[in-house]
Amino acid sequence: MRRYIQNFRRYPGSGLLHLICTVSMGLVAGTFLLLVGYILITGVPELKWSLFSLEYNSDNVSLFPALVNTLLMTGLSLLIAAPLGIGGAIYLAEYANRGSKLVKAVRLTAETLSGIPSILYGLFGMMFFVTSLKWSYSLLAGGMTLAIMILPLILRTTEEALLSIPDSYREGSFGLGAGRLRTVMKIVLPPAGSGILAGIILAIGRVVGETAALIYTAGTVGNLPDSLMSSGRTLAVHMYVLSGEGLHVKEASATAVVLLVIVAGMNALSAAVAKKLTKG
Amino acid sequence: MDKLKIDHLDLYYEQFHALKDVNLTIQRNAIAAFIGPSGCGKSTLLKTLNRMNDLIPGCKITGEVKLDGENILAPDTDVNLLRKRVGMVFQKPNPFPMSIYDNICYGPRTHGVRGRARLDELVETSLRNAAIWEELKDRLNKSAMSLSGGQQQRLCIARALAVQPEVLLMDEPTSALDPISTAKIEELAMTLKEKYTIVMVTHNMQQALRISDQTSFFLLGEIVETGETERLFSKPRDKRTEEYITGRFG
Repeated sequence: MRRYIQNFRRYPGSGLLHLICTVSMGLVAGTFLLLVGYILITGVPELKWSLFSLEYNSDNVSLFPALVNTLLMTGLSLLIAAPLGIGGAIYLAEYANRGSKLVKAVRLTAETLSGIPSILYGLFGMMFFVTSLKWSYSLLAGGMTLAIMILPLILRTTEEALLSIPDSYREGSFGLGAGRLRTVMKIVLPPAGSGILAGIILAIGRVVGETAALIYTAGTVGNLPDSLMSSGRTLAVHMYVLSGEGLHVKEASATAVVLLVIVAGMNALSAAVAKKLTKG
Repeated sequence: MDKLKIDHLDLYYEQFHALKDVNLTIQRNAIAAFIGPSGCGKSTLLKTLNRMNDLIPGCKITGEVKLDGENILAPDTDVNLLRKRVGMVFQKPNPFPMSIYDNICYGPRTHGVRGRARLDELVETSLRNAAIWEELKDRLNKSAMSLSGGQQQRLCIARALAVQPEVLLMDEPTSALDPISTAKIEELAMTLKEKYTIVMVTHNMQQALRISDQTSFFLLGEIVETGETERLFSKPRDKRTEEYITGRFG
């Protein structure tokens, strides 16, 4: 503290900046702690075994079906969007002529699409998957809609991660007589893994937190699905419905805790998977 | 014996005529040096010798480059095989972000070498040939990124040697290094020429004089003069060569 004051007297500008940064950090950390603390304090006491019953009814207000739906929805949308997004990004960064019109057009489109409100995706999903393809309200329609929604996000973050790998690695690999495929798989992808993962985690966050795009595509049925063609609500939709009804605020708080744990768990899982994949 | 023979080579980047009617013969088991001011086409010609220019969009080449009598610019050339035969060391050391061992094994594995014993042996001989085995033998599993710049460059030379090339292209291999590392690389190049043919681009005329057998002076995309190194530096035939080596421009 003494040193800090001394420094402040000597170099007021530098001291002031230090102070501003410290205060900002304090506010940021405080907000996070407050939020997580609030969710835990209001939610944890409301956790009951009945919330995890297999069947949902208005007595037990079980969140278990929504939990299953959330995992299914995340898995489904990632299963579609991750290979496409990562594959497309590899094409843009490694195969396409950098700076070509195609690359610029795709990039601009992806940037625009990742910025538009999710309700627009919901509207599109409802008109296309639900109505035109006659899938009705279903996990599949919801999953496809979310896949389209997170596709630009995964594409852009993966492309950025690939472009951040210095060209000197690629030159070194080509110079040893390695082909394009081997260079991408062995030299470019492994160090880009953490950047790609960051994109996947953001995508998971968007899927798990999405409500607007799901209400009109996957519907709000509170029970376990029979198949991908059944309607089902995710945890976020579950919370939205409970809060909207106003009758089960306590259960909504408990759901928030579960949602928090799920997101943390999924992030840890994808980190582990990425580590395993990028090692070899 | 001629290892490489370049015949009426012209190279364009889009509209820019980067190499103009280049004719050059490079001897087996010798060091050929390319000198000249920046942007005169030395590196461009070097990269043509293992077709690294293929990676640059808008690059067009006419003429012939013959490696042991075979035109490597022919469209049916297997570029990957060519780059195995004609290895390259870059200006900035560019080890891959993996262990020292895996850096060396990357090339051989690419060309189908399998088996721990075989790879172990290759790692040792390559590192020995690059005069860095003693320094690295106890830390083969450490990341190559933890080495100093000079060690990284010698590792890159070892990595290039591991695929058992015939020609080694070096693009200003010491320009990013300190004097001691530079001396080590120069000494290494002198021993390597017994087994390989070396083509080196250098900004440093003293370096060309110290280690090369034949020197070519480049200016604005043309080879002004080629000759035995000592002769070229003591009795240059072209006025421009004389002006360059006496430091009047460049």
